[in-house]
Amino acid sequence: MKRTIVIWLIALFIGFAVLPWHMTNDGFLSSEWLVGATPTTALWLIVQDGQWWLIGPLLAGLYISCIQLSVKNPVRRAKLSVLGAAIGLVLTMIQGLIIVRSGPRILNSLFEGTAAIDGQLGFGLGAGLCLISLLFILTNALTQTGKAQGDAFVISMIGLIIALVAVFVFYPVLHILIRAFQVEDGYSFYGFFPRFFSSSIWGLQCLTGGRSCGTAINSLFLATMTGAGTTLLGLSFALILTRTQFRAKKLLRVLTIIPIITPPFVIGLALILLFGRNGTITAFVADFFDISRTRWLYGFWGVYFAQLLSFTPIAFLVLIGVVQGVSPSMEEASQTLGADRWETFRQVSLPLMRPGLANAFLLGFIESLADFGNPLVLGGNYGVLSTDIYFAIVGSVADPANAAVLSIALLTLTLSAFLLQRKWVGKKSYATITGKADSGQNASLSPGVKALCYLTALPWAALTVVVYSMIVFGSFVKLWGYNHSFTFEHYLRAFRIDFSNGWRFTGVAWDSFFTTLTISSIAAPLTALIGLSTAYLLVRQKFVGKEAFEFSTMLSFAIPGTVIGVSYIMAFNFPPIELTGTSIILIIVFVFRNMPVGVRGGIAAMSQLDSSLDEASTTLGANSFTTVRRVIMPLMGPAILAALTYSFVRAITSVSAVIFLVSARHNMATSFIVGRVENGEFGIAIAYSAVLIVTMLIAILLLQLLIGTRRLRRTDRVQQPS
Amino acid sequence: MNKTTVISAAIFTAVCATGAQADELNVICSAEQEWCELMVAAFEAENPDTEVLMVRKSSGETLAQIRAEAGNPKIDVWWGGTGDPHLIAAEEGLTQESGASTDELLGWARNMSDISNGRTVGIYAGALGIGYNSEILEERNIEPPACWIDLTDARFAGEIQVANPNSSGTAYTELATFVQLFGEDEAFRLLAEIGENVNSYTRSGSAPSKAAARGETGVSIGFMHDMVKLASTGFPLEIVAPCEGTGYEVGGLSIIEGARNLEGAQAWVEFALRADIQSRAPEADSFQVPSNSNAEVAPESPDLASIKLIDYDFATYGSSDTRARLLTRWDAEVGDPNPEQ
Repeated sequence: MKRTIVIWLIALFIGFAVLPWHMTNDGFLSSEWLVGATPTTALWLIVQDGQWWLIGPLLAGLYISCIQLSVKNPVRRAKLSVLGAAIGLVLTMIQGLIIVRSGPRILNSLFEGTAAIDGQLGFGLGAGLCLISLLFILTNALTQTGKAQGDAFVISMIGLIIALVAVFVFYPVLHILIRAFQVEDGYSFYGFFPRFFSSSIWGLQCLTGGRSCGTAINSLFLATMTGAGTTLLGLSFALILTRTQFRAKKLLRVLTIIPIITPPFVIGLALILLFGRNGTITAFVADFFDISRTRWLYGFWGVYFAQLLSFTPIAFLVLIGVVQGVSPSMEEASQTLGADRWETFRQVSLPLMRPGLANAFLLGFIESLADFGNPLVLGGNYGVLSTDIYFAIVGSVADPANAAVLSIALLTLTLSAFLLQRKWVGKKSYATITGKADSGQNASLSPGVKALCYLTALPWAALTVVVYSMIVFGSFVKLWGYNHSFTFEHYLRAFRIDFSNGWRFTGVAWDSFFTTLTISSIAAPLTALIGLSTAYLLVRQKFVGKEAFEFSTMLSFAIPGTVIGVSYIMAFNFPPIELTGTSIILIIVFVFRNMPVGVRGGIAAMSQLDSSLDEASTTLGANSFTTVRRVIMPLMGPAILAALTYSFVRAITSVSAVIFLVSARHNMATSFIVGRVENGEFGIAIAYSAVLIVTMLIAILLLQLLIGTRRLRRTDRVQQPS
Repeated sequence: MNKTTVISAAIFTAVCATGAQADELNVICSAEQEWCELMVAAFEAENPDTEVLMVRKSSGETLAQIRAEAGNPKIDVWWGGTGDPHLIAAEEGLTQESGASTDELLGWARNMSDISNGRTVGIYAGALGIGYNSEILEERNIEPPACWIDLTDARFAGEIQVANPNSSGTAYTELATFVQLFGEDEAFRLLAEIGENVNSYTRSGSAPSKAAARGETGVSIGFMHDMVKLASTGFPLEIVAPCEGTGYEVGGLSIIEGARNLEGAQAWVEFALRADIQSRAPEADSFQVPSNSNAEVAPESPDLASIKLIDYDFATYGSSDTRARLLTRWDAEVGDPNPEQ
């Protein structure tokens, strides 16, 4: 009998007989049960109220205990335990899905008596502990059957992540995608196709006439351009920072991070003030060259421009680690064999960066598809899927079926991009961090490449400086764009602190500010943990259905936030999992929406680590957990930093998903800002944004200090240009 | 693994959240943030035992949320926001009768209550109008508009911005107003002619007036109280009440079906309809016209008496059938879903 299984069996019985099975109306974790109200454990409910349907976990627990004690053959014992745990899980979930708050949904004749008709509340602590215990008994037993590869740690991790993704991604998303097949009364499989293939989605009129294409084609074009553009810019920055003697590297580093920490709508607004028809730069250029002012910003170019600005940092965050990781030995070997710097870059360095390039492109592509703030502000007549989906849900003609159809179109694009990037990366090995002595120097860039990097990256950096100085400027003036007299009024209204009676935060923004910071600091480490664990499983472990698993982890990232928001309400406003109105639902939505960035960055970084490192560690007697902790984690510094930074910032700046999930107690900064912008109160919105930007910048710098830089070699040397 | 579980359990405890209790009132507010806060403060001052939990969401978002929450709502009252989504919610049975007295209310507010069988009641009205940026028009020597028909004139070529009625309730009100003013065929002919001058059909209803305020477009169509607000912050935005007459929106107030704190919700409705409470809206820079006939109207508010208001037929133009028909026709004759680039 294995010790871990015994521990989880004990946990199972505690969850069943000691902790309250259901949540209370006061929330998931009310402490009411501690202070002696009526006991509400599953055991008590069965004995006292005759809620016999809760007996699943108890039966499973008793059955597994018997098996563990009586069956001698270890493989047979494990197989029977797996069966028992699986049945226990299924029974528990089915009863939760059937009997909801308003009583049984189906099989009314089976569930009789007042207890069933009164319905039940969502799962509470007890149910949660029982489910987790059963899951881990299942995975632990599975390792003992000898069928599964890997040890208990790996299998448990796979089991846990699959369970989490199933509950928090598939379960809610299905609620809304099923609407695509909805017709007048009921569901029809064939009704879907004419709507899906309509010309307003896939039309190609723009190729032949002067008319615009369908929204999916528009989105595809924009996303491809954005993906390519951000990857190129990100690569330029990464190369300048690692392969040149550029003087202001530190400043450049900060500039590459700033745009992701900008709350939505602010970049759009700043661009309008600069390049809009009445904008500063437009006015200057128009007067100087004597040309008429145009509205060129509103349409494809404006959105593309704003997206390049917003999403380049993501590409950079993925690429910087990868570029650093390319081994100097390979480049030196190439040069020794007679290649010049350009050839070395093209034939050796660039191909070695492929996983990084592919993942950076994929992230830019998906971000662009799902972005809705920029097209909303700058789109003009250029319709894209994300805004259409938003208005299909909240517009004057709400049509969830149409939103679902459009979401499926969007998912089709994402899936295609995902498959293409996999094909492009291929099955080659990109491992360059091998643990062998590696003390060469990285090749410097050839003059052409260097010039190209400077030419793309520096103007962009200058633009970033201008845009952000304007935002800070805008927060200190009465009315940005019209009345530029200096004022502190916006900051005072938002962030006033009253000292007259001790410390009192009387500004209107404090509440949402504290909530936002708390929630994102909880969500960020969880996101990084789950994202990087997933990446580890995908790169290092082999298991059935790995590709489907990989794609499923990207699902919630690829679906526009509005759809996720509504589907989360549909799924989690009702038992068995009732979370709406709490802060937990906000944390969960952030974790599962941002986890793909951890996954992609993790995959890119980990495919550079030679598996001989793991093998060496395992050979020396470490198990997978120790290997991860002592060997892989320290080499993953940049990826961990990227995942933490990104998820922290995203939790603060994302808007579309949280609009539906915020409640009075847990209001978020972005929802506050968007509300103010909606009302035309730009000053306070911009002041709040400026404060958020500074807060996030400090947080990121602290993170960077905390994690430190990884040391791959004794020194990172770059060849001096000769 | 055990460690992870322990840590997450600890975190869950740390952020332990609670749902509604009996003396809490959950309000969604779809009007301006400041007005929402003013209402909450005033209500809590009168009812010290009740804690009002208010969050602001736009009316479209609120409707989507209460639809998704139907059966187990977390909201008690929905205050403010344009009337159409309130009427739709009433039609779908998402809201319930408030039982509040409508005796003191003006005709259009009582009308809301009548069409919805008492499920929603009017709290304010705002008229539709034209806004223009005086600096831009002056610079280009364009005579400001005075009537709807002026907007068809070629002098406004590329200067008009208006929202798309498929996504924006404001623009749908405009469409319905044209149909009621000019008759359906003539309305679509005029809209198509104005369309020649339109530089962009925005998706959001409040975007055109904001663009006009900043000079990104010369002329916008939208609600006059939004324009008053923009002008009061310092933008050179002038407001026109069209000479042919104009339509209006009525802000709604509904109690959600299955509200957990029904008594509190009813108290809120009675409170929100009182004359002295409605008179306080201008304190929050909100310039809609109050529905209580005894409430004071702010001097900045567009004076509904001096504006020619049409007898807006909310029952007909709020119904899903009419809406679908008008929007299909709008797509075909006015706004091309695949416009030229």
